[in-house]
Amino acid sequence: MAYSDAVRAEFAGEIEGIREKGLYKEKRFIWSSQGAEIDVEFPEGAGHAKALNFCANNYLGLSSHPDVIAAAHETLDDRGYGMSSVRFICGTQDIHRELQDRVSEFLGMEATLLFPSCMDANAGVFEAVLGADDVIIADRLIHASLVDGIRLCSAQYDTFKHMDMKHLRKKLELHSDKRRTLVVTDGVFSMDGDLAPIDEMCDLCDEYGAMLLVDDSHASGFIGPKGRGTHEHFGVMDRVDIITTTFGKALGGASGGCVSGRRELVELCRQKARPYLFSNSLAPVIVGATIRVIELLSSSTERRDKLEKNTAYFREQITAAGLNIREGETPIVPVMLYNAKLANDMARDMYAEGIYVIGFFFPVVPAGQARIRVQLSAAHEKEHIDKCVEAFRKVGEKYGILGLDKKGIVDKYGL
Amino acid sequence: MDEMKTDVLEYVKDEYVDDEDEEVTFDTPLISSGLVDSFSMVSLKTFIEKKYSLKLSDEEATPQAFDTVNSIVELVRKHTG
Repeated sequence: MAYSDAVRAEFAGEIEGIREKGLYKEKRFIWSSQGAEIDVEFPEGAGHAKALNFCANNYLGLSSHPDVIAAAHETLDDRGYGMSSVRFICGTQDIHRELQDRVSEFLGMEATLLFPSCMDANAGVFEAVLGADDVIIADRLIHASLVDGIRLCSAQYDTFKHMDMKHLRKKLELHSDKRRTLVVTDGVFSMDGDLAPIDEMCDLCDEYGAMLLVDDSHASGFIGPKGRGTHEHFGVMDRVDIITTTFGKALGGASGGCVSGRRELVELCRQKARPYLFSNSLAPVIVGATIRVIELLSSSTERRDKLEKNTAYFREQITAAGLNIREGETPIVPVMLYNAKLANDMARDMYAEGIYVIGFFFPVVPAGQARIRVQLSAAHEKEHIDKCVEAFRKVGEKYGILGLDKKGIVDKYGL
Repeated sequence: MDEMKTDVLEYVKDEYVDDEDEEVTFDTPLISSGLVDSFSMVSLKTFIEKKYSLKLSDEEATPQAFDTVNSIVELVRKHTG
């Protein structure tokens, strides 16, 4: 038997190693639909507990919006459940084309191609448009899916210090001998919630003849006055060459992603991107519901406005309560704790207070920068936010960290 | 003072260290400590290859071999004799 007891023990040992390093991901089950208030089974086998959800990417509260659910039902009845094909054989319906056109219009780009996820879009886009004579210059904190995509591509690559434009310039200078250069960044960084200075990056790219790719997964739908993304926020909607983004966060939260950008680059993805060529079409039900999401967001900014208000209120209240947060303006708010055990312990205590948040530590974030990441949503009401802040105040008091800055917390708990 | 070690250390400080107070020595773990992540390690590899006119294979340029300035210099010396 190939899978002998000895082999089983080796794999079990590897899992135990993950547990010993404190990196084991526990199972958590949600018994309700996604929303501000959820029913959670945690740990596995425990009874359900009501919790307020402050760790979903449900920024606009559209995951369970009645209009989106209705559109999903209609599309299911009208277009069926699955396509049983990749896009280019017999997996493309008219609604796939319609969604691509709607996304292009929404993001202000020339063309769009759907992928099963943004992870797939990022895995496929680089190899489709670049070759061995080209170079990719990426921010050091880009999302793991971009890192994987870059590694799958034959182009050379280099990195620059997080959001450091002087360092980016230095790298553009260093690689000016390459055929083509593609600068890569997240629009909003998922762990810190900071906004990449896309306007300055566009200027640098113009100066050095480079192209710019922005992963706007944590921005599409709510960053910018009309929620079009970081390029709208910085007033450079016509200057970004490629945007990759997801429908799995603010834009309904199911799944699916896309590459949106210059017509030729998108066409090359259609011809060459392996996750597009060798993976099934996005299910019609998701396509139909995402079209409705785009319609909702194009007709009103009400939801992104509410999210903006919730974000400002939370940031103000949590700071007043004495917690140490990363400054910023996005709905991703890292409550900084620096020490991994402290982040884990406080997240556990927050759950006991009915607030569902997660502690993050190395290697998910740099060593010594452990935090609890709070994510706001337009689905949150003021009383939800008040309850969350009160829980942080209570738990923070228990651990004696209220009013402490980084040095104070590190002196008390170490790194 | 070993010039090669000093040059590599200077590059590491300039390329990866933001906090001027952070002490980095020839023995400071770079990769295993998280100071340099495996993705960003590529800048260091490119610097070494250019500076010392050599080509490091993926088998050689491992996170272990790049974990300290001392281990990097040891690897370079294998190539340069």
